[in-house]
Amino acid sequence: MVNLSSKLSNTRKKFSLFGKSALSRSLDDSIWQEIEETLISADLGVRPSLQIVESLKEKAKGENITTLDELTEILKNQLKATLSGFELSLDLDGNPAVWLLVGTNGVGKTTTIGKLAHRSQSGQNSVVLAAGDTFRAAASEQLEFWAQQAEVHIVKGAEGADPSSVIFDATEYAHARGIPLVIADTAGRLHTKKNLMEELSKIQRVAGKGPGTVNEILLVIDSTTGQNGLVQASQFAEAVDVTGIILTKLDGSSRGGIIFAIQEQLGIPIKLVGIGEGIEDLVPFDVGSFVDALFETKQ
Amino acid sequence: MFEILSDSLSSIFGRLRSKGRLTEGDIDEVLGEVRVALLEADVNLEVVKEFQLAVKQRCMESEIHKALNPAQQVIKCVNDQLVDVLGGDTISFSYAAKPPTVVLLAGLQGVGKTTTAAKLARWFKSQGRNPILIGADLQRPAAVEQLRTLATSIDVPVFSNPGNPVETAKAGLAEASRLGRDVVICDTAGRLNVDEEMMDEIRQISDSISPHYTLFVIDSMAGQDAVNVAEAFHERLEIDAMILTKLDGDSRGGAALSAKSVVGKPIAFASTGENLEDFELFHPDRLSNRILGMGDVLTLIEKAEEAFDVDEAEKTAVRIMEGQFTLDDFLEQMQQLKKMGPLQNLVDMMPNLPQGVDSSDIDDKNLVRLEAIIQSMTADERANPVIIDGSRRGRIAKGSGTSAQEVSQLLKQFKEIKKMMKGPKKSNKKQRNKKKSGGRKKQGRTTSRNLKGKDALEIPKELEKLVGGAGDQQFDLSEFGTLTENKTTES
Repeated sequence: MVNLSSKLSNTRKKFSLFGKSALSRSLDDSIWQEIEETLISADLGVRPSLQIVESLKEKAKGENITTLDELTEILKNQLKATLSGFELSLDLDGNPAVWLLVGTNGVGKTTTIGKLAHRSQSGQNSVVLAAGDTFRAAASEQLEFWAQQAEVHIVKGAEGADPSSVIFDATEYAHARGIPLVIADTAGRLHTKKNLMEELSKIQRVAGKGPGTVNEILLVIDSTTGQNGLVQASQFAEAVDVTGIILTKLDGSSRGGIIFAIQEQLGIPIKLVGIGEGIEDLVPFDVGSFVDALFETKQ
Repeated sequence: MFEILSDSLSSIFGRLRSKGRLTEGDIDEVLGEVRVALLEADVNLEVVKEFQLAVKQRCMESEIHKALNPAQQVIKCVNDQLVDVLGGDTISFSYAAKPPTVVLLAGLQGVGKTTTAAKLARWFKSQGRNPILIGADLQRPAAVEQLRTLATSIDVPVFSNPGNPVETAKAGLAEASRLGRDVVICDTAGRLNVDEEMMDEIRQISDSISPHYTLFVIDSMAGQDAVNVAEAFHERLEIDAMILTKLDGDSRGGAALSAKSVVGKPIAFASTGENLEDFELFHPDRLSNRILGMGDVLTLIEKAEEAFDVDEAEKTAVRIMEGQFTLDDFLEQMQQLKKMGPLQNLVDMMPNLPQGVDSSDIDDKNLVRLEAIIQSMTADERANPVIIDGSRRGRIAKGSGTSAQEVSQLLKQFKEIKKMMKGPKKSNKKQRNKKKSGGRKKQGRTTSRNLKGKDALEIPKELEKLVGGAGDQQFDLSEFGTLTENKTTES
């Protein structure tokens, strides 16, 4: 719907029609309105968007910006600055290292694990998957598929088994065979469910009790999520020590702008981005291309 | 889960509450805050714009509501508009004359289609139908297994075969007929609205099974883009209704309003949990409260509407002070009493019901008769009861289905009450330094008469008889004395 580049290019056209003298006129209210609306439409949130526009106005005044090109540059840099300065690597320390994937229902945890396993594996004995979702029907079958695709081991429990013990077992299994990494799936859960969030805390505790070291707890967030994403992130971060975010489904038409608020308020880095359902569709988070994409049409 | 009233809205309310009439500027101000609330609730920006215009129109056209202050009136308009848009229409399933009735599910990845499919099957069963599920999601690993596991728990068959979802769907339909199933629910793979190939595929699936109902499944935590997704699916498939999932979370659910606005079809069901029984028919008013996030205000508005019309009560109080208590006022008072529900409940409303009054003593039937009598009078007669002679009495009696005697009795009692109402003015009671009731607006209560038991006046037997009660009834009317001394002004 609203697309900044096309709108800005229309306005640029308008200015060029009027000639150079028009460019020296102050950027009018409609520009600010359009920028605000583009940011809101990208799920940045209404108040953050207002703030960004306000600070942009000031900068424009202070630095005497008159062209839209300059304005766009400043805006992009401002947004990039919000998302930068984070450690983006994944910690592999441990014998084994344990990565937990957590998040709400349907965000893409299991699929992401398949992709992670594929990236991390360098031979069959490099990764063990733990089917820690013992609640959802056929969840372990789903993960098993990915284990086969990535050609790695999987440790499952019976349906309804305690997720903590499945993951614990996986760490022992990995340790016994000298496999350096366990990637554990957990059931999707709404942050509003207190008992499920407590279960998650327990999972973290137990997973680290054995030979494994839990050094990454990755919160998977769907890029279609609206403002609730911020609440989600903060609640999960309270229950477990979230070390990074994986933003999924960015190949869709959503911009995933909620991560700005998440990074700004919670300081949790976005580490990876999911861009499809295939096993290769996982890339490191790149601030520049993410911000550039905010201003591009997705057709 | 409701948000507390935003600070800015509170302050706007504060500024506007003493205003008697709302200017367009006032409406805009409140709507400005509502805009923020809706955007924070994830309602799409363009949808919010349209919505604001519609609300403003509604506001300008609606009558001034006496029980609500201007800002509250605007909120009420917003809420009413929301409820209208969200649920003006409800879906009623009509089954195909030639079974089976075919239902197709579509939506993005991860919204909850597979679980919903099983929930639907369970729901149809509860309606006495014989559903079958088609597992046509051949994309997601173990999707069909998931469906089978869920279906087993509710004893519903699942059809699937590997290969091609279009073929699977078609074959599933044939199987349904073979098995004599009267409802077919077809699950499909989640797909992106921007994935041309996949959108083509769902179109082909739809063409191959000709669904009677195409249901679009939408996640209640979806953000601004939901409107684009809904539009794309609607364009491709012609959605008949929508299902909103994950409502057990605390997202405000504005995406539902966006989707509804662009698709224009009803939201049929609400999914409120991961278990199959967490499935219900959609309630628009619940969602509108949630989206608006102003639960407190709405409760307030509700209460205000239920209560005595404060304005009216105050005006009457003033008239009483000045000895102008008329039969119209009397009628008004009785109608207010009626509005409050059975007289039994009156005891709750009165801060200090005199001792000895048993709620069972208070008789609704009497009120009805009295009301009928007064309503059979002409305006003149009500303003000036002295003119009611024999023939008028007769006419009134006939018109109200009572007797001339009852009419006489009412008039006599009214005269006494009027006298009594004037009483406190002449009393020597100490003037209490009470706050004028005009400035006090208790939620859901009449505030003109603060009936406290201290300085009581004895009510003549007339009044007792009127309300059918017995025993000593005492009401403190010194408040009226105070009001007389400090001239009240109408708000």
